[in-house]
Amino acid sequence: MWHDAGVGFDQYHEPPDELSHQTRTFARLCSSLTEEAEAIGWYEQRLDVEADAEAGAIMRDAQGEEFKHFCMDLEFLLRRTPLWREIAMGILFQEGDIVAHGEESEEEAVEGAAARGAPLAGGTSLGIGALRGAAG
Amino acid sequence: MSHLLREHAPITELGWKMIDEEARGRLTPALAARKLVDFAGPHGWEHSAVGLGRTTAVASAPTDGVSALQRRVLALVELRSSFSLAREELRDADRGAADVDLGALDASARRIAIAENVAVFHGWEAAGITGIVEASSHKSIELGEDCERYTRRITRAVETLLSVGVGGPYGLALGAEAYTRVLESSEQGGYPLLDHLREIIGGPLVWAPGVHGAVLISQRGGDFVLDVGEDLSIGYDHHDASAVELYLEESFAFRVLEPDAAVALTL
Repeated sequence: MWHDAGVGFDQYHEPPDELSHQTRTFARLCSSLTEEAEAIGWYEQRLDVEADAEAGAIMRDAQGEEFKHFCMDLEFLLRRTPLWREIAMGILFQEGDIVAHGEESEEEAVEGAAARGAPLAGGTSLGIGALRGAAG
Repeated sequence: MSHLLREHAPITELGWKMIDEEARGRLTPALAARKLVDFAGPHGWEHSAVGLGRTTAVASAPTDGVSALQRRVLALVELRSSFSLAREELRDADRGAADVDLGALDASARRIAIAENVAVFHGWEAAGITGIVEASSHKSIELGEDCERYTRRITRAVETLLSVGVGGPYGLALGAEAYTRVLESSEQGGYPLLDHLREIIGGPLVWAPGVHGAVLISQRGGDFVLDVGEDLSIGYDHHDASAVELYLEESFAFRVLEPDAAVALTL
């Protein structure tokens, strides 16, 4: 069974044994991304109130680690989700109106994918990827 | 537009969904190598080679007083398996038919899955790929046809890896013939051989079409890497009034990093 004693599976909203291993990995990385974003926010608040310069330097260093982890999680998820990646490319690192870029990027990416019959979650590939853990 | 040119095919969104799902369903059980070796990527269609971190001396230099080394890389190979689908069948699928003939796709999926397995386990000299079996530093162990001996032989293979310090858990790729034998067999007392072998190796036991005999592989990671550029995809080639020509495609390279981490078992 999936609910081994003492192990938490809060990142799953559906029974894990009904999910593919790719989706389980995807969900784990989504949870990790959330946790890194939370940690970045916490360090930001701590730095805001910390008066000790040495303690502040340590927190700033720790926050840098969280920036890195967040970016690595995000890059993994974008690589595995071409539609998400395509939308992100229209928004991230662009000058100008963020909301306008978001609307345009989403429209172009979703319509383009639907028009070419591409699977929205798997891009042009079949999304099979690694199968370790899929066999028993 | 991607190089797969899917938007040029006379196939509806529903048709593509059916084709992709059928391909995924047929490929996943047969892709044994991916269940046992590390998977790097997918890095995309543009990814052409894997750096090996090694060099070759360049015999001559453009001027006196300089020397040169050339970086060595392992070029990815593009693997393609074509198939044809009847347009009438695709039209029926759009009408809601549930028994669409996708036999050509199924056969194509089986071909490309076996090709990937063979390249990883037995190598592909023309593509510069050395397989796990040919790279293994251990003498192969005879598995034979008598299932009663399988437990002992596979235990010996585990001991072979342990004796050189290669830890488990271990995974076993069983060729189609050996897999069927194992599946059909039970030991004295009726205990299924399949379950006993799983207990011995501590890892997955995988049906591996294309593999001759069997291969025991450490699952600790870092020993064998399948580098994938474009993961398995379906592309469009051409069509006429009666049929659409499509293909399954992937690009990959394979590297054995630790030849001590696998043992071949022969039939």
